[in-house]
This record gives sequence, C-alpha cells and structure tokens, in this order.
Amino acid sequence: MAEYREPLIPMLGVVTAIRTDTPDVKTFTVTGLDGKKPFVHIPGQCAMLSIPGVGEALFSITSSPTKEDALEFSIKKCGCVTDWLHAMEPGQQITIRGPYGSGFPVDTDFRGKDLVFVAGGIGLAPLHSVINYVRANRANYGKVDIVYGSRSMQDLVDFDEILNEWSKEEGITVHLTIDREQPEWKGHVGFVPNYVKELGFDTSRTVVMCGPPIMIKFTLAGLMELGFDKSNIYTTLEMKMKCALGKCGRCNIGTKYICKDGPVFRLDQLDELPDEY
Amino acid sequence: MKKLPITELDSFLKSLNMPVYLPSDDPSGQAKFTRWAEGVQLTQQLNTVRSAKDLFFPQMENLVDFKVQDQKIEIIEHRNVSENFVIFGVRACDAAAFEILDRVFLSDPVDGYYKERRDHALIVTMACSAPEETCFCTAFGIDAADPKGDVTAWKTEDSFFFRANTGKGEKLIAGLADGDESAVQAQQAQTREILSKLPNGKLDLTGFDGAHMMEKFNDSRWKELSEACLGCGTCTFVCPTCQCYDVREFNTGDTIQRFRCWDSCMYSDFTKMSAGQPRPTQLERFRQRFMHKLVYFPDNNDGVYGCVGCGRCLQKCPIHMNIVKVAKTIGGEGNG
Amino acid sequence: MQEVKQKAIELLQSGKVQRVLGWKTGEFFYDLTPAVFETVEEIKKDFVFSPFCGANLSKYLIAESRKEGKIAAFLKPCDSYSFVQLLKEHRIVRENVHVVGVQCNGMCDIEAIKAQGVKGVTAVRQEGETLVCETLYGEKSVPYAAALSERCKTCKSKKIVLFDELLGENGEDDPDCGRFDLVSKLEAMTAEERFAFWQQELSRCIRCNACRNVCPACSCEKCVFDNDTLGTANKAAANSFEEQNFHIIRAFHVAGRCTDCGECSRVCPQHIPLHLLNRKFIKDTNELYGEYQAGADLETRPPLVDFTQDDCEPSVVYTRGGNGK
Repeated sequence: MAEYREPLIPMLGVVTAIRTDTPDVKTFTVTGLDGKKPFVHIPGQCAMLSIPGVGEALFSITSSPTKEDALEFSIKKCGCVTDWLHAMEPGQQITIRGPYGSGFPVDTDFRGKDLVFVAGGIGLAPLHSVINYVRANRANYGKVDIVYGSRSMQDLVDFDEILNEWSKEEGITVHLTIDREQPEWKGHVGFVPNYVKELGFDTSRTVVMCGPPIMIKFTLAGLMELGFDKSNIYTTLEMKMKCALGKCGRCNIGTKYICKDGPVFRLDQLDELPDEY
Repeated sequence: MKKLPITELDSFLKSLNMPVYLPSDDPSGQAKFTRWAEGVQLTQQLNTVRSAKDLFFPQMENLVDFKVQDQKIEIIEHRNVSENFVIFGVRACDAAAFEILDRVFLSDPVDGYYKERRDHALIVTMACSAPEETCFCTAFGIDAADPKGDVTAWKTEDSFFFRANTGKGEKLIAGLADGDESAVQAQQAQTREILSKLPNGKLDLTGFDGAHMMEKFNDSRWKELSEACLGCGTCTFVCPTCQCYDVREFNTGDTIQRFRCWDSCMYSDFTKMSAGQPRPTQLERFRQRFMHKLVYFPDNNDGVYGCVGCGRCLQKCPIHMNIVKVAKTIGGEGNG
Repeated sequence: MQEVKQKAIELLQSGKVQRVLGWKTGEFFYDLTPAVFETVEEIKKDFVFSPFCGANLSKYLIAESRKEGKIAAFLKPCDSYSFVQLLKEHRIVRENVHVVGVQCNGMCDIEAIKAQGVKGVTAVRQEGETLVCETLYGEKSVPYAAALSERCKTCKSKKIVLFDELLGENGEDDPDCGRFDLVSKLEAMTAEERFAFWQQELSRCIRCNACRNVCPACSCEKCVFDNDTLGTANKAAANSFEEQNFHIIRAFHVAGRCTDCGECSRVCPQHIPLHLLNRKFIKDTNELYGEYQAGADLETRPPLVDFTQDDCEPSVVYTRGGNGK
C-alpha cells in the first residue's frame, strides 16, 4: 500500500517542455522530480497544478494514459495561474496533486462503440486524452469521427498532431472547421453545432463533447434533432474548485461534486441534476 | 454514574493533566470555547456564539509552506501533532454536528488535519436543562437531555453527574465518587417536558430528500425567501455543521503559507471563475445553502440532515431568515 | 401599528405604487424580515409593523428603485437619514420610491430582553412601562426600557428627514442624546488602554461581513476586501492586526457618510460595538469642521469632501490623533 499522503499537500513536479499551440494555448509536459510520470490516470481526469505564491487550479490532463514518460496539459491563458504558467520557462518546478474525478468510461461503455468526438477551442484538451487512448487501443473501438472547431486556423490546438497523425490513421475521420473564412484555409467554415448537423452521424454512435457552454448547448440541440439518445452523449464540466476532494463545498451541481463524481457526465445524468452549471 | 460537587470542578479539570476547553464568558459576556486555566468559569449561558467545530476545524489554519527560489520549490510540511485534549460542556446539538463533520472530513480521502485533532479529543457533553425557544434539536432526533460523547454530564443545582459512554470516557472519570442517578432522571424529565413544547421542535422535513431534489430546487418561493438576504456569512460561520472552506496563500516575504479558512456559499466569489459564475445572484447562493443541508447532504449521507437544530442561525441572522422558515415554506405539510 | 398596514394596503390598492417594502412576520414575534409585497393578500397575511422592526430598509432601495414600477417604503427616522444620504450619493432612483415616514419610539431587541435573564420567550405584550414575556418557563416581566435596542437608548433624532407622506407626528433631533458619551470615555483612556479595548472587542470578529453588507454606506459594487485581482481580498485574518485593519478601513471609508444608524452593531453576531468607531469619526468631524449630520439634508456639503478657508490645519489634526493621547 502506498504511504499515506495528506491529500491537500501536493508533490513537486517539473515542467520539462513547453509547446506553443496557439496564440493563447500552450502545452506543458510535467514529470516528477525523479523524471518519471507523476501518477497514472484515466482519460478525462484532472490534476491540481500550482505555483506557490500565485495559486492552485484544476486542469484536465491532455495526454493519454498510454503516454508513459510524463503528463501533458494544454492550457489556455485566462487567469492568474494560467498567466503565470504561460510566462515560465522549461525547468520550472511546480506542484501537482491528483488525479481527480471519474474520467471517461473508456474501458466499459465506450468499448466496441463507434465514437464521435465534438470539441470546440481548448475543449479538445480533455478529449485529446481519450482520442489517443482510443488510438493506442484501436481494436477495442469502432469507427472514430472527430469534429473540431475553433475561432480561426491559428486557434486550433494540436494542429500538427491532427494533420500528421490523426488524419492519416485508418478508421479515423477528422472534420475541422473554423468560425470565419481565412485566405489560407481550404477546409470547412462554420460553427461546430451546424457542422455536426450537416455531417449527420448515425444515432447509434456514442458522442463525446467538450467546449464552451454555448457550443455544448447548440450541439446538443442538433443531436436531439438528429434523434440521438442522451444516454449516448458524454461531456465534461468545469467549476471553481479548491480542494478537488469533494470537501470544500463549491463545485457541486445538486448532489454531485464535479471534482469527485464528475467532471465527466452523461447527458441523461445531467438531466436529473439542477440546471446550475 | 459519577458525581462531583460543582465547587470541585476546578480541581477535577486540573487533575486531568491535559488541555481542557470549555464554554466560558469572555469580558464582553459572549460565551466561547476557551482553554481552561484556574479561574476560567463554565458559562451559565445555554450555548456559545461560535460552535464547538472550531476545535476540529479552526477558522484558519496553515496547511503547508513553500519556499520558492528561481525555478526551485521546497515543500515544508509542518504538521503539528496534537496532544490529547478534552472538550468539556459540549451541548447535544454540537456533539451531533461532529458526526456530520466526520462524514465530510473522515470520508475518503481522509483530511489528516481534522483527523489528528478528532483522534486526540475526549468529548464531555453537557445535557441541557433550559432550552431556548430557538432550539429545535428534537426535529433531528437529538435528545438534549441525554447527549452523546465520551462522557455525558448533567449539571444540577450543586453537582455535576457524569456517565461514561466509551472506554476513553471511563478512564477520564474513573477517579470520581459514585453518585445516585435520581437527580439526573428528575432533571431529564423536566428538560424533556420543555423539549416537547419547543415551538419548532416538530419541524416536518418530509419531502426533503434526493427523490424530491428537482421539485425543491425549482420551487418558485426561493425568490421570496432569499430576497432580503444580505449575502453575509453569519449563518455559515455560526453554524456547527457548515464546513465549506477556501484554500489561499499568504506571502510572508520569506515563505508562502498555504492556508485554509472557512468560506461561505453565501459569498459571491465562492463559485466565481474566470470562465463564469454558475450561481450569479443571491437566490442561487441562498438556495445552495439550504438545498445542501436539507437535500444534497442527506441524499449522500444515509438520510442524515446537515442541521442539528442548535438555533444559532435563528438568533444571529441579521434579517432573521433561517432554515426553519425555509423548511416551513417549501417543506412538509405537517408544519401547518 | 394597524395604521401602517392599512396605509400599505391603500397604496397598493390605489395603484399609486406597484410594490411595498416593509417587514414580514416570522416564526416568533421578534424575527421579522424585510420584504417586498406585491399583493394586498400578501400584506394582509404577513405585513407587520412592531417594535421589532429594527432592520433599516433604505439600502434595499438601491436595487428596488431600479426595478420597474414604483415602490412604497416605510422609513423610520433612522432609515430616513440613510435614505437621504444614499440619494445624495446618487444610489437611489428617487422618482421610483414613495416614502412613507413612520415614527418610532425606539426598537426592541430580543437579545436585550434575554440579557435580563429571560429564557425561551415565545410572546410579549406591553403593559405600561413593563414588557410581559410569555416563556417556555412561565410568564416573566422586564422593564420596557431594558428591552430597548442599545442604539435606541441614545437616539439622535426622531425626525423623519424626508418623506412623501407621514404617518403620525414628526419628531425632532436630540442634541443631548448622549451618543458620544462612550466615545468620550474611550478618548479619555490612555493609548494602551484604548488599544487593549479595541483588541479585545475586535478579536471576536469572525469576518462574516454582516456589518459591511448591512451598512447603507457600504454600497460599493465591489468591495476592496473581496477583490481577488487586486490582492486585497481578505477572507481570514492572518493576525490580530488584520482583524483591526478591516474594521478601521471600513470606518475610514464610511466616514462623513455614516449616518449613525447603528445597523453594524445590531447585526454583529459577536456584539462588537462597531458603531463606536463610526461615532468617533462623527465626533471628530463635528469638532474639527463644525456640526455635520450625514443624511440630514440633501444640500449641505459634507465637510470631508469640501474645502473651506476656515478648515482646521492638518497639523491640528495630526496633533489630536498623532501623539497617542
């Protein structure tokens, strides 16, 4: 059995590499001080990262559990902690604790299913973990479609990986879209919810969504129109968190704590909870 | 049953040879749990303004320190190891509240700071003999005439009577003389007579459960209930079961102290993120507090409500809005 | 008392106002809640005006006067000063409020009654100078004067300074109310004694923010003590200096605007006499710049934001406050 650790006391980690993805998104590679991956996780789970003196915040883990040497976090610059993270250099130590939350049912409900991933902007971060897990265990899953959109071409996260790896893999179809026309862009233009409707997937498929609330709302409406069942649609939520242990009291939606019972929910589960997220 | 003349309380507490906290009046006349020393008197008041939860879950405590230099961080753990201590004179309501706090802090993953103090505490409860009209512990099945704890105490005109409920408690009072139970029984009968007449003692909480979550949540009367709420944290801070906390940092110039402090769901920044605010007005915040105590908590905790009927919020809310009014407005029909 | 309720019904029925701001009955006789009534039925059922209507309604008008339609507000003398001060600060939309002045003979306080040793009070009735309390332990009597709220014992004024209509007689202000007596006592202490006094009082603070949130002068959209981005958010006091810091800064911020309504001390769960801090500022301002009562009228310029050639020299201020006496 592992040695007891006070759950609120983090361990030290080190940021070994920083990749600039978009003007406001960077991906951070984090290991423990021993150079190894800090802990094992399930796709969709999160970790608390902090810079003492700046603050602590929860981020979803972007890398797949199949990545063995480190954890990766794609982080958008949008507040105190993220500003600091974006300003730092590789070699910086940070604190890390986790993993937190339930994660996606990759080894149960998703098994054998044809999957559709729908992401907007930085919403690709948690799905990235699932997608690469699915790729690494390809035999366990059926067809995969990835619908991903952003404001502009420059705002598409993981663009290189999408183009050079995901798009080239058999059984995976990537559908990219951007909000407005751009001269150098040859692909689809339009908002994600409309694109999903245009593509019109078979209703037997399992949908995994993550993105801004407005995207979720309209994509969901489109999926309902197509005849999807809410029990086949998954999403992941965000709330303010301090402990990530289900104790500090702020991240609940009704009886469920996002940090512990979530952040991954099925849409039919969300329907049974108060509309407060 | 053991007996101790009131005049000998000081010498008894001294003989325990460990820190004792008891409710005592401060110079302004407010009762609060105070470290006993010779001359510190047990209060005559029914209860303390702040509950006994402070002793396990203090308003502010340092969790861990960090030293940051260039790219390096040092974690300095400075966990104080508790010594055994006694909390003397805890009322039945506050003692019941400990069990509610336990469900939060001792459930997996265990909060070590809380557990350390909890493990080292010996709880001597004190039966009530003169409840106030604001008390409604009976609604939660709490018997104020026979509270729990390691030791239960009763105070009569001239004596304390003690009954040990646990092995730890037995050791604590082993040295005392035996006493006759009849005085205790007489007092209990009297107290229970009063308890049966408490104006809110039979508060009907039917319908406050997980099965009715959406119905309660969507009740239109939250608006009128929350309308006058000032959004202060008085109810949460005097409440013996409120346990929400914030984690913040303080830069001493030398180290970064990461501390935890009480927080209140009534505050607007409680759920505010850079990305948005799921509870934008006082209505949502107010509703959260009462839904948590009456619906969410029991649904997650075998039907146990997050309230013990101590009545502090009834006494202290600046605008006199409280859980009793909420329960009566959107609760069971038995409330008339 | 019936007259007040009748007026509320009349105002709503006549269509003169669409809403009424008053006090709502509680579980007991003393736990009344400020409330907005929209129908005659609601008023008939729950509206109440009694000696337990201590809550100052003026601050609610900041939000209420911005809603559609007109609202009637029942204001006691104290509340009317706060109302005028808020008008002066342009925080209330005047034309949306119909002010009904209601006279007050001093508000009672359940904790004052209980401080007389009465427990389990379930009902009260006034018999001359006596308050007869029905309790869980039988009937008990206390002198009516002892049941008065602390702030009402040194009431500065029974004058309703602004109203659209008045119920009963208007009163006068009382320069001899003795409200500065305790401040003088504190001033007479040595610096060490005074520090010890405030240390003792403020050490009880639990930072619930009730004083700030109830205060009609604390009407900032975002309080500096809640501001995370500024780094001034202050949820827990790191040391006893910070406990004092919050209250002293608050007192400074409301100086010249505090009407001395006493709500801060009424709502403090720890009975910290916070109003004494504000009164010290009022007393000093009076002594240094001439008598001034915030909220007394709409015209007089507040001395702290008004420079005149007769103003005392800063050095005088320094000498009074700076050398510890």
